[in-house]
Amino acid sequence: MNTHTPNLHAERIQGGVHESRPHDSAHKHVAGTAVYIDDMLEPRGTLHGALGLATVAHGRILSLDLGAVQKHPGVVDVLTIEDIPGEKDISPTARHDEPILAEKGVLFHGQPLFLVVAETRDAARRAARLAKADYEERPALLDIAGLDPENDRFVAPPLTLKRGDVAAALESAPHRLSGQMRIGGQDHFYLEGQIAFAIPGEDGDVLVHSSTQHPSEVQHMVAHALGVPSHAVTVEVRRMGGGFGGKETQGNQFAVLAAVAAKRLNRPVKIRLDRDDDMTATGKRHDFLVSYDVGFDADGVIGGVDLLYAARCGYSSDLSGPVTDRALFHCDNSYFYPAVRARSAPFFTNTVSNTAFRGFGGPQGMVGCERIIEEIAFACQLDPLDVRKRNFYGGSPRDLTPYHQNVEDSVILRLVEELEASSDYRRRRRTTRAFNANSPVIKRGLALTPVKFGISFTATHYNQAGALVHVYTDGSVHLNHGGTEMGQGLYLKVAQVVAEEFQIDLTQVKITPTTTGKVPNTSATAASSGADLNGMAAKEAARAIKGRLADFAAERYAVPIEQVVFLPNRVRVGNQEIAFSDLVKQAYMARVPLSATGFYKTPKIHWDRDKGQGKPFYYFAYGAACSEVSIDTLTGEYMVERADILHDVGRSLNPALDLGQVEGGFVQGMGWLTTEELVWDEAGRLRTHAPSTYKIPLASDRPKIFNVKLADWSENQEPAIHRSKAVGEPPFMLAISVLHALSDAVASVADHKICPRLDAPATPERILWAVERLRAEARGAGGTGLAGGAHDHMPAVETAGRSDAGPPGLTTLE
Amino acid sequence: MPETRNHIRFILNGEDITLNRVRPDETLLDFLRLRRGLVGTKEGCAEGDCGACTVLAGRLEGERVTYRGLNACIAFTASLDGAHVVTVEHLRGADGGLHPVQRALVQHHGSQCGFCTPGFVMTLAGLRLEGETADDARIEKALQGNLCRCTGYESIVRAARAALADPEPDTLAEEAQAIAARLRALQDGARVEMGEGPDRLVIPAGVDDLAAMLEAEPEARIVAGATDVGLWVTKAFRAIGPAVFIGHLRELKRAEVAEGKLRIGAGVSYTEAQAALAPHLPALAELIDRIGGEQIRNGGTVGGNIANGSPIGDMTPGLIALDATLTLRKGASRRTIPLENFFIAYGRQDRQPGEFVEWVDVPLPEPGALFALHKISKRRDEDITAVLGAFHVQFDGTGRVAAARIAYGGMAGTPKRAAAVEAALQGRSWTMETVEDALPAFERDFSPLTDMRASTAYRMLVAKNLLRRTFLESSGTKAPLRVRRHEAA
Repeated sequence: MNTHTPNLHAERIQGGVHESRPHDSAHKHVAGTAVYIDDMLEPRGTLHGALGLATVAHGRILSLDLGAVQKHPGVVDVLTIEDIPGEKDISPTARHDEPILAEKGVLFHGQPLFLVVAETRDAARRAARLAKADYEERPALLDIAGLDPENDRFVAPPLTLKRGDVAAALESAPHRLSGQMRIGGQDHFYLEGQIAFAIPGEDGDVLVHSSTQHPSEVQHMVAHALGVPSHAVTVEVRRMGGGFGGKETQGNQFAVLAAVAAKRLNRPVKIRLDRDDDMTATGKRHDFLVSYDVGFDADGVIGGVDLLYAARCGYSSDLSGPVTDRALFHCDNSYFYPAVRARSAPFFTNTVSNTAFRGFGGPQGMVGCERIIEEIAFACQLDPLDVRKRNFYGGSPRDLTPYHQNVEDSVILRLVEELEASSDYRRRRRTTRAFNANSPVIKRGLALTPVKFGISFTATHYNQAGALVHVYTDGSVHLNHGGTEMGQGLYLKVAQVVAEEFQIDLTQVKITPTTTGKVPNTSATAASSGADLNGMAAKEAARAIKGRLADFAAERYAVPIEQVVFLPNRVRVGNQEIAFSDLVKQAYMARVPLSATGFYKTPKIHWDRDKGQGKPFYYFAYGAACSEVSIDTLTGEYMVERADILHDVGRSLNPALDLGQVEGGFVQGMGWLTTEELVWDEAGRLRTHAPSTYKIPLASDRPKIFNVKLADWSENQEPAIHRSKAVGEPPFMLAISVLHALSDAVASVADHKICPRLDAPATPERILWAVERLRAEARGAGGTGLAGGAHDHMPAVETAGRSDAGPPGLTTLE
Repeated sequence: MPETRNHIRFILNGEDITLNRVRPDETLLDFLRLRRGLVGTKEGCAEGDCGACTVLAGRLEGERVTYRGLNACIAFTASLDGAHVVTVEHLRGADGGLHPVQRALVQHHGSQCGFCTPGFVMTLAGLRLEGETADDARIEKALQGNLCRCTGYESIVRAARAALADPEPDTLAEEAQAIAARLRALQDGARVEMGEGPDRLVIPAGVDDLAAMLEAEPEARIVAGATDVGLWVTKAFRAIGPAVFIGHLRELKRAEVAEGKLRIGAGVSYTEAQAALAPHLPALAELIDRIGGEQIRNGGTVGGNIANGSPIGDMTPGLIALDATLTLRKGASRRTIPLENFFIAYGRQDRQPGEFVEWVDVPLPEPGALFALHKISKRRDEDITAVLGAFHVQFDGTGRVAAARIAYGGMAGTPKRAAAVEAALQGRSWTMETVEDALPAFERDFSPLTDMRASTAYRMLVAKNLLRRTFLESSGTKAPLRVRRHEAA
């Protein structure tokens, strides 16, 4: 590996920016040699922890008998909240509503009550089941249907975005309709479950290997819980086996517990959750209930919208405030609302505390928005794509978002029109209709939907990053930064940036694990920001060293600084070329410092949450997808026949990685909107807590025909890292096209006169009920666009997560 | 009495392994990771769904070694006696070069977080050993038991196509003959006995030995593919010892046609059953594609699917519709009962202490009869049934229903016949009108539950619609009646 001899005559370095390269760990992934935390060699004396979970959704613990747990063979220790020496709370937003372990009260079914530590994981897991807990049960609030934003409890302050006179716009609009949409949650189902491994050091020190997207936060939480300064705690993460937001805050608890146990027992302690415990005890994507009231004209152009985004947040705030904020930031998707009011309602419930998940509320915001577009299309009897295009952001004054940021970089119309042509949308619109005319049971559907996604953390202070770069005397480079690797290829992208900056081959840059000891006070690798922030910080660090090398070369060879040029693997100094490694050696001998930190903060952004105004986003990423499905109207089964995607990543840092993000994001989004259904029972127990019951997409669920393209003409208008754009989250929302294609297929049974109002996830069961309802209404009401009370035929089901209350009837004011 | 051994023997990658201390409930994954430090094999779910733990198990079939993917998380170490266990660590060539599957996955960007990757590598390496060019349908079928949350699979399928087209021989093909010889040397025909009480395990030498053993120790837990029992251990911590492992017994793996009946041995895996059923009962063979993932189908057995009595065991409704009989054996004596009588109530079957299921006899439908199966689940592949309908309809010379046997899974506490529906069809001409008239009878036959898979009302409506679909498919209509991923083979 390290025997690479740089080509000193190359025209281009190997592995610079904009070049497709395999993931830096690809070889290790396939060989089985990539080390995840559970694969690390265990130091002598390593112990294993398992959690005891609450068996009621809401109640007071009258007694907790841990005798049998303690006596189980192999058990070394049992910890409850009393055993936390320092801060007993791990709320990531400092709301003090998230005890490390339950205290007196239980707030959700599956809440961790205690930690048992044993010689083996098996012993710990078995012992954890032996506790006897007595509860005084209390009524549990499991669902948000019917909750009142004026009176019911929030976990975080709600947000309102406002622009224009909404009431007047709604009243003066030629048409008006209202409705409600339920959008389900989603489990992350990272293949590597939550895990932390704490190794005690001397004094108060502890090293924690944590599968986390946010090592700095883990460090701070561990320090607080132990009651030691942050300097005593080092958190390291080489790679995660998937994150998707599920390891932004959800790893904190296990890292803290492992560290506390390790210090208490002075032995290494590892906690690796079983899949069922992981799915039961950790947060998920928020499910939402979106209420909308929209006014529009006969051409489908929106005049005003009034929106309420109610979210089931669970028992604590976690990140629910920012998540529900981001839902509002995407309540417009790509559309201009002349007048708008959008409110969030982050409701408390006795369920697991929902958390970050790819898109961070944005997908729910957009799904709600696209429902409105669909309603308008049915009401006006227009092709939904035409309604979409008529409402796209355009030039001033149609460029102002509900949060008063101007959309200055929109490429959505170009993307959509190119995709409309390349996917042959109009012809396929006709052929699917023709197919349906001759096919009474199987129906086809087609939809083309846009995505506009705001890039930056809406918490402005998060938009900073640091990096550390060392150049060794052989010219090889050690790279470290605050971003974490969860499969997205961030490490590789940043290494490409550094290679490009130094003009050395990628193999000369060593990627090293993220650790709080090298780069401090980092932000979570989240909000798609990893490459934007850390790439810039690493570039700055490399630039600092490069500058010193250039100064040194100019002085040593007595040439003007302009005559020092970094060429591939070499430096031209005046008329001679010196190998990069030779120049480095000379610089070392001349006592030039060859290590530097780099720092970056995103410019231009600001956000006044109280006013609901500002420029929260540095730029927007765009995309569009066209999906075609077929459904079986006897069973509700379906298939994605084809998906065409055109996505904007600016000038891609690594097109191969970006394509992977687009394909993977789309399929993950598809899962969310189709087969991934979370079901809680009346007792508040999650019934879908393992892959046997919770169904993420398989290879055979991906689109039969899958055409994915990056918009190769696109370039970030802002000077983001090499004019690229963030790619982690935006493609997830391309999958909304699948939901709408399904809806289109359902609508065919009533001659496309009635909006199916298909909720998500659109399981086969929901599809079938939508078909049944439309058939019944078409028979009953003759199937006119705005007629018919849209009551959902989905029968009431006793399980809380499925209590699909039908939307209220829609009204028309003509 | 056969000779006995007090240890198990198998080949792990290149190494001969002898173990004389194995608990019956030790999983292969724990053995690999905890005892052997082979950490390339991952645990994703510990229930045989995600495939991150996939390894290959090679067994002698005649002169050759046949490799099949297994979920190491729910396979018990003891069940690997006499096998060649291959983990991802073994695939690279002697020179350290990557296996063609590994190489293709790198080239086609088939890994992102990489955690599921070793499992995909093993599944595809196994597929490649089949030696034929696999089409996308075959690739997707092979991948039904492997979950990836990052890639969206497209890159993995691209890699699979490339690897399957790559003519370069791989490690497993190169060492096949040598491994076959080593496996032959392990076949000593001995019974294996180990441990006491709950730690006791027996690997019988043959079916007669099994019968004798069970007669002497009727409380012993019979374990074949462990695709269900494995979860009792990993999820519920149930003790399974004393346990008797039967997955290796050749005598239970016979599938043969005689006198208009297909006899399927209890130890025939789903994968093996599919091959045996295809010429005779294509509908049942096709259904097997919808059971678990390939790793589960390689381990799970027809006998196990019946014997554990699940209301959502997918083989039974079809077998009941065909009026299959079950033969149970105790010691030297056998009794044969109609399969449908085996299921007494939820969780209760007609199996006496010391008895075991030996085979099932399936009468083949006579020419002209209709036999159809429809499974409905939330996700098409590798999902547990919401509703499964099995339809066997015989006609008289005038197109009237001479006899109808209809059985459903997922609609009651056991796999159950739709007796009222059958009666409503009996003697009537096979038309949509007859079908519609029969639909109310479903309400008399079933009152299904609501659970996380489907609601009562959905189950009932779909149950009815499956009869409609069955009729439509028999009606010769040209309109498509199912969403299909690939044209039927």
